[in-house]
Amino acid sequence: MNKHIEQIHQDVLESLGKAKNAEEIQAISVQYLGRKGLITGVLKGISQLPKEERPKAGKKANQVRAAVDKAIQNALQKIATENMSAGDTIDVSLPGRLPLTGSLHPVSQIQQEICDIFGRLGFDVAEGPEVESDYYNFEALNFPKNHPARDMQDTFFVSDDVVLRTHTSPMQIRIMEKTTPPVRVVTPGKVFRCDSDLTHTPMFHQVEGLLVDADISFGDLKGILTTFIHQMFDEKTSLRFRPSFFPFTEPSAEVDILCVMCRGAGCRICSQTGWLEILGSGMVHPALYENVGYPSGKYTGFAFGMGVERIAMLKYGIDDIRKFFENDIRFLQQF
Amino acid sequence: MKVSLNWLKTIVPIELTPDELAAALTMAGLEVEAVFDRFAYLDSVRVGRVVTVKDHPNADRLKVCDVDIGDRTLTVVCGAPNVRAGMLSPIALPGTRFPDDRILKKGIIRGVASEGMLCSEAELELGTDTSGIMTLDDTLIKGEVLSKALNLSDTMLEIDLTPNRPDCLSIIGTAREIAAIVKKDISRPDTPLPVSGKEIHERTSVMVEAPDLCPRYAARIIENITVAPSPFWLQERLRSVGLRPINNIVDITNFVLMEYGQPLHAFDLDRLEEQRIVVRAATEGEVFTTLDNKERPLIEDMLLICDGKKPVAIAGIMGGLNSEIEADTRNVLLESAYFNPVSIRKTSKKLGLNTDASHRFERGVDPQGTLVALDRAARLIADVGNGRILDGVVDVCGNLPPSQTIPLSTKETNRLLGTSFSRTEICDFLVSVGFHVKEDTEDTISVTAPSFRVDVKRPEDLMEEVARLSGYDHIPTTYPLIPAEAKIPQVTLHHRRKTKTILNGFGFDETINYSFMDKLDCDRLLLHTEDHRRSLVKILNPLTEDQTVMRSTLLPGLLKSARRNISQQIKTARLFEIGKAFIGKGKNRLPDEIEMLAGLWTGSRTDAVWNVPEVACDFYDLKGVVEGLFKALKIKSVTFTRMPVDACPYTKNGSAALILADDIPLGLVGELHPRVLKNYDLKQTVFYFELDMNRLYGMIPQDLQAKPIPRYPATSRDVTVIVDQDIESSSLLAFIENLKEGLVEQLSIFDVFAEEPIPAGKKSVSFRIVYRSHEETLEDHTVNTIHKQLSERLIAHFNAALPE
Repeated sequence: MNKHIEQIHQDVLESLGKAKNAEEIQAISVQYLGRKGLITGVLKGISQLPKEERPKAGKKANQVRAAVDKAIQNALQKIATENMSAGDTIDVSLPGRLPLTGSLHPVSQIQQEICDIFGRLGFDVAEGPEVESDYYNFEALNFPKNHPARDMQDTFFVSDDVVLRTHTSPMQIRIMEKTTPPVRVVTPGKVFRCDSDLTHTPMFHQVEGLLVDADISFGDLKGILTTFIHQMFDEKTSLRFRPSFFPFTEPSAEVDILCVMCRGAGCRICSQTGWLEILGSGMVHPALYENVGYPSGKYTGFAFGMGVERIAMLKYGIDDIRKFFENDIRFLQQF
Repeated sequence: MKVSLNWLKTIVPIELTPDELAAALTMAGLEVEAVFDRFAYLDSVRVGRVVTVKDHPNADRLKVCDVDIGDRTLTVVCGAPNVRAGMLSPIALPGTRFPDDRILKKGIIRGVASEGMLCSEAELELGTDTSGIMTLDDTLIKGEVLSKALNLSDTMLEIDLTPNRPDCLSIIGTAREIAAIVKKDISRPDTPLPVSGKEIHERTSVMVEAPDLCPRYAARIIENITVAPSPFWLQERLRSVGLRPINNIVDITNFVLMEYGQPLHAFDLDRLEEQRIVVRAATEGEVFTTLDNKERPLIEDMLLICDGKKPVAIAGIMGGLNSEIEADTRNVLLESAYFNPVSIRKTSKKLGLNTDASHRFERGVDPQGTLVALDRAARLIADVGNGRILDGVVDVCGNLPPSQTIPLSTKETNRLLGTSFSRTEICDFLVSVGFHVKEDTEDTISVTAPSFRVDVKRPEDLMEEVARLSGYDHIPTTYPLIPAEAKIPQVTLHHRRKTKTILNGFGFDETINYSFMDKLDCDRLLLHTEDHRRSLVKILNPLTEDQTVMRSTLLPGLLKSARRNISQQIKTARLFEIGKAFIGKGKNRLPDEIEMLAGLWTGSRTDAVWNVPEVACDFYDLKGVVEGLFKALKIKSVTFTRMPVDACPYTKNGSAALILADDIPLGLVGELHPRVLKNYDLKQTVFYFELDMNRLYGMIPQDLQAKPIPRYPATSRDVTVIVDQDIESSSLLAFIENLKEGLVEQLSIFDVFAEEPIPAGKKSVSFRIVYRSHEETLEDHTVNTIHKQLSERLIAHFNAALPE
């Protein structure tokens, strides 16, 4: 008898543990404590027992009945607490207390992305002065004084010998002067040109790259830049290399990607050509090796440079470069 | 440069479509920027038959005409004297864009609606006649599109030539490149004339007094010519490349300039004093009037073409009014020369005068092309001007740039390009664009560049020829084999990124402002006269007034950005920038470039949310940002102290703190001076901070060492003291810190109160001191004893009182 009632007690507790809602608990209550319930049955059966066993069994059975009753009440309460009643509901659709959030300038983001991609390819990052000597900005890069190539870049002058750097290329010289190959470096930074319209601002950002070692070829230039474009845009981006001219590279190549807007069909963004100029590159001109004192013929290498704003404009679909420097918060916070 | 496909086809057979040709040229290094139909502007011009001509009801000189254009009849107001019923004339429909960029609109002319416009030759650039509307051949079909009716069709290529390829600045030069691409030969219109003959020497002479600036000067004379408008074919050629026809003689010089790339000049021989040419350098102070009727002050080493007495042209740039071809010119001296490119460039820059001639001379014309172009032009002038070429040529020739012979190694070529061309393949590529090759050894060849390729000087220049002619796309894509070494990354970059990320996390938007400012910004910021930020880096050729100098502080840029946002109703701004400030070091020295972080906060403390009251930001909001930045960067030992009066002109006295590290200023934080705000047209309070990043980077700890987490509980005690108002709270903290009581773990101020019942001029400051031992749980009485001692020393030191 004792054993039997103990078993029933255990069963009830187990069932209550599994019960998921009030209905199930009610069912358990009926099953054990109802008129035809198991515990009710046990209590009813006590009168059938031998007289001397009755008080003890009755006491035990009543204890269990009370315990079960309490367990059921507790279980119901617990369920009720978990499912809070409608009166306590909060309006979850109201906005939360937002922590302040700021945004990183899109030019910084793209610049970081470019440097990170080249970082994964083993390139260092270096920076240099924005106000530069004529020597580093032009002369050492094989732009002789009074050479028409200087017209390629509208220059801001500080004096006859000091300019605002028109490109990040002076860093090629500064780095090679201090480093014996292998040289593998990208140099991000601000550059300045005397020009202002929808696609030009007097200040913008470039990332320059330089890789020089014993046997670096034009094929390697194609390889590294293809990898870069694929990481910067996507693996399916078609690109082409075409001959161009920079005084500090020979051969020189312009790199175009298939227009990201029209995919080559021709549109306003790509001036109907289907292609977008994305970066300039080439094999380092031997005059530069001479200027930095590298032994003749020992090293070959390539250099490249790209406009950060241009890439940002293509990636984010921005049509006016001046937006980058107006710092309208509604613009900045989109990125 | 614009080239006409029709013109090109006279030199080289082209079977490619215009688009194919454009693509091929682009991939060979002559970037074609645009391909367009030269007569597209005539698409909305039709052949019209004038049916009736009536007087305009409101204007004496105008007529109202009905013009039949096949499918309908239009009413047109016309002012041409030659309009008559029955004639065929071009009629432009509304929407037509004329060569001068005017767009025709439907209009009402003196009260009568006009649905089109009858056009003159000149208006359509089909001739020069402006006297009346164009009369079309009566056999044309009315209604037909004019370009089709007249069989006008040409495609223009707009080529963006790089400065190394002056040899392509002509039809023949471009045709040479095309010939190499399509593997055809070119047929040049050369018409060599005999060189010998004394006749010319009897009429003129050339003396070159500056042979360095003028290595070659050649001339021919054509006599008895008649100056007249050019024949249509000549006008048409010139217009196709964007030149305005002038007269038959001048037009021929321009035509040959475009055809051969050799600038020429025609002088009226009879207007040359002593009928001779002297080539000399200008003297300082000379003045010369160029063809465009402008007086040009000259300086030494500008090269002049003179007659026996006076200058008649600025060599290679522009001729003079005093010797130009006029209607009555009978005899012409035709000049073809090779001028020193650097000299021409210097002169052109100095004068600000860039012409088709100077553009070519400064880039380098073919030093061997002088006579070919001269002869061609002389023959054409004799033809179109009905003149006679005198026998002989004057050719004063000094030291021309020698033709270059360059050794080229097959192995080195393949090494640089990453290719495996054979020696023969390399030779074939070079020969196809006019190079002469001689095979030297198994590996090397001697290459002689054609005289027009002035850009080719080194083996690498030849390698580029090989690469571009083989097609860059055909060079295998490879990857460099380089050691997998990595250098220690620059900590600056890492720290800068981290700083930006932290500030973004504090709700600050990164801005990038121009590195320029207005030199008046120094005054707007009230900078003292001796302030080092007044040592400005001036730009000699600024674009705008507000960008005349490099910024010596980031503040003006941020203020302008704030103002721009506020004017757009964005009243709350948290902006920062990391960038360089420039301090001049003297005219020819590079300036100091100091990396600065600056930021501002204006408007409210929080973004407006339903359950947070909008409160204006204050000094402590921004100071907290700066402190938070230091904390996140693990920078300790920074102190904030009251900005000495007038030490910082652009912050408000009493509302700014100097930030010190090791007693050296690192930056500041404070409220901007109201006058500065006024100077920048800002009407709301702005809080601002700036930090010297070069110093800050050095303070960021590189190697962090973990400390054990305390095992024993801490216990805290509070103390409140009443001190003089002007005692900085931080000095109270510093005092306790300096006592170096080992059990003091943390100190903080939790209340500052300065109203009743605190006496005037005093304030109460409440601290919490957290005590902890790393060896044991502290007993209350131990803490009480220490706390009492500290409090007493504090009170004694600051002459403080305890609250009642």
